[in-house]
Amino acid sequence: MAWSGTSGTWRRMVGTVLIAVTALGMAWAPAARAADPIKIGFGMALTGALAGNGKAALIAMQMWAEDVNKKGGLLGRPVELVYYDDQTKPAAIPGIYTKLLDVDKVNFIVSGYGTNVIAPLMPIAMERNLLLMGLMGMANNEKVKYKNYFQIMPSGPQPALGWSQGFFEVAAKQQPKPQTIALVGADAEYPHNALEGAREHAKHYGLKVVYDGKYPPSTVDYTPIIRAINATNPDLVYVASYPPDTAGIIQAAQEVGLRAKMFGGGMVGLQFAALQTKLGSKLNGVVNYEFYVPEPTLKFEGINEFLARYQAEAEKAGVDPLGHYIPPFAYAYVQILGQAVEATKSLDQQKVAEYIQTHEFKTIVGPVKFAPNGEWAKSRVLMVQFQNVQGSDVAQFKKAGTRVVLYPEEWKSGTLIYPYTKAQK
Amino acid sequence: MFSLDLFLNAIVAGILLGGFYAAVSLGVSVSFGLLDIVNIAHPAFVILGSYTAYAMNRFFGFDPLLTGLLFTPIFYTLGVVVYRLYYLGFERKGEESLRGLVFFFGVLFIVEVALLLAYGVDYRMIEARYVGQSFHIGVVGIAFRLLLPCLVGVMITVALHLFLSRTFYGRAIKAVSQDSQALRLMGVNPVKIKRIAFALSIATASLAGALLILIGPVEPSIGREYIGRVFAIVVLGGMGSISGTLAASVILGVVESLTATFSGPSWAPAVSFGILLVVLAVRPAGLFGR
Repeated sequence: MAWSGTSGTWRRMVGTVLIAVTALGMAWAPAARAADPIKIGFGMALTGALAGNGKAALIAMQMWAEDVNKKGGLLGRPVELVYYDDQTKPAAIPGIYTKLLDVDKVNFIVSGYGTNVIAPLMPIAMERNLLLMGLMGMANNEKVKYKNYFQIMPSGPQPALGWSQGFFEVAAKQQPKPQTIALVGADAEYPHNALEGAREHAKHYGLKVVYDGKYPPSTVDYTPIIRAINATNPDLVYVASYPPDTAGIIQAAQEVGLRAKMFGGGMVGLQFAALQTKLGSKLNGVVNYEFYVPEPTLKFEGINEFLARYQAEAEKAGVDPLGHYIPPFAYAYVQILGQAVEATKSLDQQKVAEYIQTHEFKTIVGPVKFAPNGEWAKSRVLMVQFQNVQGSDVAQFKKAGTRVVLYPEEWKSGTLIYPYTKAQK
Repeated sequence: MFSLDLFLNAIVAGILLGGFYAAVSLGVSVSFGLLDIVNIAHPAFVILGSYTAYAMNRFFGFDPLLTGLLFTPIFYTLGVVVYRLYYLGFERKGEESLRGLVFFFGVLFIVEVALLLAYGVDYRMIEARYVGQSFHIGVVGIAFRLLLPCLVGVMITVALHLFLSRTFYGRAIKAVSQDSQALRLMGVNPVKIKRIAFALSIATASLAGALLILIGPVEPSIGREYIGRVFAIVVLGGMGSISGTLAASVILGVVESLTATFSGPSWAPAVSFGILLVVLAVRPAGLFGR
């Protein structure tokens, strides 16, 4: 009896413990799930040719995660960024994202920086029917037309055209009206697309193309190209170039004495402090694209605070100290994802994608609404002119007045100094 | 579109470009042409020279050319160290061909990554009074940014040519490229001679790097764009021929410039390498090779 009594007590004790453990477990399980982070996975160029842009983008994304987590996370769960270095190599993308999805079990994927790494990511997202936020991809969805793809670069529903729209619209308003144009760019993917759009615009505006040339990216001296352009006497010179050629072309234009009335357009590199400060006053008069500049017409909510924080971080990380070009958009594309998750109260890819497709978002780069092809519903590629640049002080580019917005009208902050040679004086 | 103005300007621009190419290629001409060491890391040392010029300009306001000159002994010492490693690791064991190539690949990556860690990935440019200035002689415009690299390139060529032809060590370097055993029989240590020659080749990278950053912006991996070009110049000029290297550099520069002016710049590499193929078919040893 005593044994049985003891046995009964023992059974009761075990039972009580089991019930307690089960109850605790049941209570604990949802709490554990609630504490599980929402993982956002991506590859990013932390080494390789585009590492400068990739590192700057990563800083911005980390700032967003920090901001969200300070406010209690998304759906009450913290946000965790899971990322790997894609080395700026498209070939690394399938492996990285397969690991993110199958091993790290991320909840959402977003792309790394640039067209070339988004291209191999598209089939992966399409195969698994995933929502995909793209960072600065040029016309990646043009052919595949994937419904769950959304891209943050503000080049509009027709990226190749939207890219150079402003350059031609500004030129068309000048008197006497320009008649001829020279088109020149690097023999690479982005310049190909940009020049294709520029050719269409030239046709549309009735401009005669007097020079249409590409140069190999390894070109060292650009003076023969600028001389050849000068010999055709174009009113406009549209350039689609990468940073080293941008610097070479601007220096050559100065040395040779380019006679065009408007010069620039699609030159990559002029958005960064490294080239801005070194080219200094040689930039005056150049008309070029931008996505954000610190002009009074572009005061979006949160942008100034973001830039102040970013600039402090950038100094430590040794990346672009201005952060006007990519970082605000890197912040905005995860900001949109976060807002959509909160609004739908769901992690379901389709629900979140449908919400992004049908709603406008308030971001640090202004209001964003997507077109059916996942690009911005309306292009907001700014066309700016460098004015009043003096010396190499980076501080002048942090303030208004050195890159005045000429286009679109709604964001215009200044007037074009025309022709180019006048602005050079 | 042909005009005499354009033609003359294209020729002059090509010659200026050629002088710069010579400065970048001379080191390879010595290491690959004379010593048979496939130093594919040479352009990385040139970039190291560019960053040295950049740092000295940024922090102390030094002129890049002065920095290039001042740092030649340091680059020479670096060359001594690299050759020592290469010799002990590969050449002494007779494994210099393939494994030596891998060694220099490794050196290339180490230099690039070190620069990446130290300076980040941004493009770097330099400030000098003469950058962006130009002058005219008749219809021909000459940019200081291109004239100075050309002059310095020609001066390095002349200095190296005189050193190799007029000094004991220079003649010994030429001898070691022809028959190191015979040189040993003459009582000269071929390893020492090769070490001096290799170190000299790296020393030229200090000046070449300073010239490169004068011409345009650099980033740590930009040297790779020059690997094909400098080896093509050395082969076209004739292996180990210093004057041949200068001639080949000028030919390539002029051809690139003329093509860029009159036929579209995208044809420039095709025409340059086409010339290389034709020359090698007609004269396999190169223009000045023996």
